[in-house]
Amino acid sequence: MTSFVEAGLVLAQTPGQEAVTAGEAAAFWVLGPLAVAGALGMVFVRNAVHSALWLVVTMLTLGVFYLIQNASFLGFTQIIVYTGAVMMLFLFVLMMAGKDSSDALVEALRGQRLAAAVFGVGFAVLLSAALVRSLRDTQFAPPLDPTSPEGGGAGGLGELIFTDYLFPFELTAALLIVAGLAGIVLAQRDKRDEGVKRSQRELVEARFRGEYERPSGRPGPGVFATGNSVATPALLPDGSIAEDSLSDLIESTPTARRVSPPGWMRALDSAEQAEGVHGDEGDGAGPSTTDDEGSER
Amino acid sequence: MTPEYYLLLSALLFSIGAVGVLVRRNAIVVFMCIELMLNSVNLSLVTFARIEGTLDGQVMAFFVMVVAAAEVVVGLAIIMSIFRTRRSASIDDTNLLKY
Repeated sequence: MTSFVEAGLVLAQTPGQEAVTAGEAAAFWVLGPLAVAGALGMVFVRNAVHSALWLVVTMLTLGVFYLIQNASFLGFTQIIVYTGAVMMLFLFVLMMAGKDSSDALVEALRGQRLAAAVFGVGFAVLLSAALVRSLRDTQFAPPLDPTSPEGGGAGGLGELIFTDYLFPFELTAALLIVAGLAGIVLAQRDKRDEGVKRSQRELVEARFRGEYERPSGRPGPGVFATGNSVATPALLPDGSIAEDSLSDLIESTPTARRVSPPGWMRALDSAEQAEGVHGDEGDGAGPSTTDDEGSER
Repeated sequence: MTPEYYLLLSALLFSIGAVGVLVRRNAIVVFMCIELMLNSVNLSLVTFARIEGTLDGQVMAFFVMVVAAAEVVVGLAIIMSIFRTRRSASIDDTNLLKY
């Protein structure tokens, strides 16, 4: 951490120098276009996830700008809070809610994009002109000493926050609590929307009234002395196979095919054989060969 | 180069964010554009603090960060609940308050 701060201080200006050092100017001309490119990329990329990643670029460069301007605490807060927490929150919500996150190509309002572009350019020009005119004769104050506790570090900021800005700081505490509660309440799924859950008695009555496919649950697999695999079919009282006990997922197991209706003894026999085939399968023979064997018999 | 270049950059980023709010139709992306505008204002606040040689601007930027974090939580929760009921994050589909 300290080495990072020192790296920021190398770029940051120290007292008794010109308003902007050459190093700072170089950093500005490298990172400034990067920030603008990130912002433009965020606005003009169709995929919302890519937009979020472009915004991360802009926020990281802004964090470095804070470091350069002797605001080391804010710079690290920017990187940790914005690119670390806020953008990850955005990405989570995008993954959950932004399935069809690419924008529609059609304009909802005719000529809206052109009007927005004109507005953006005009706004930027007006703002820049006002800034340049108003700051023409500004005397830039000597920069704060970044190594002193009153600089841009946590010490100086903390002193100000807990003296002059104590009341707003307490208000932010209330704001954060309210926001956390609001997030929980708003994001919570409302149980009442999911319909009334039936009690067990109501469920039984509905089953015997014929609202369901069958009154009972589906039979489980057969459990015999020779095998209790889930692929073993259950047998009905007359020895025939209970079709409901065959799972769709393991339909292809040879056991289920080979058992034939006539007698439960024969069913047991073939189930035993199938067990043996199962054991051989482990040696590398694929399931297709066992299927072939089954069809030969 | 003077510190006011930072202010010009901040004005540019703010304008880009505003255009994004106007142009994009996905609620989450619109929200990201608002974040960009807040960030650019933060940059100008830090630059003002540097021009003035005091820390008050940085304290303001700190408070803006706190408010932005709270706003993100509430806004994303609202977007999530709208998405849950309407299966869409597009701001064109949300028109129940229209009439």
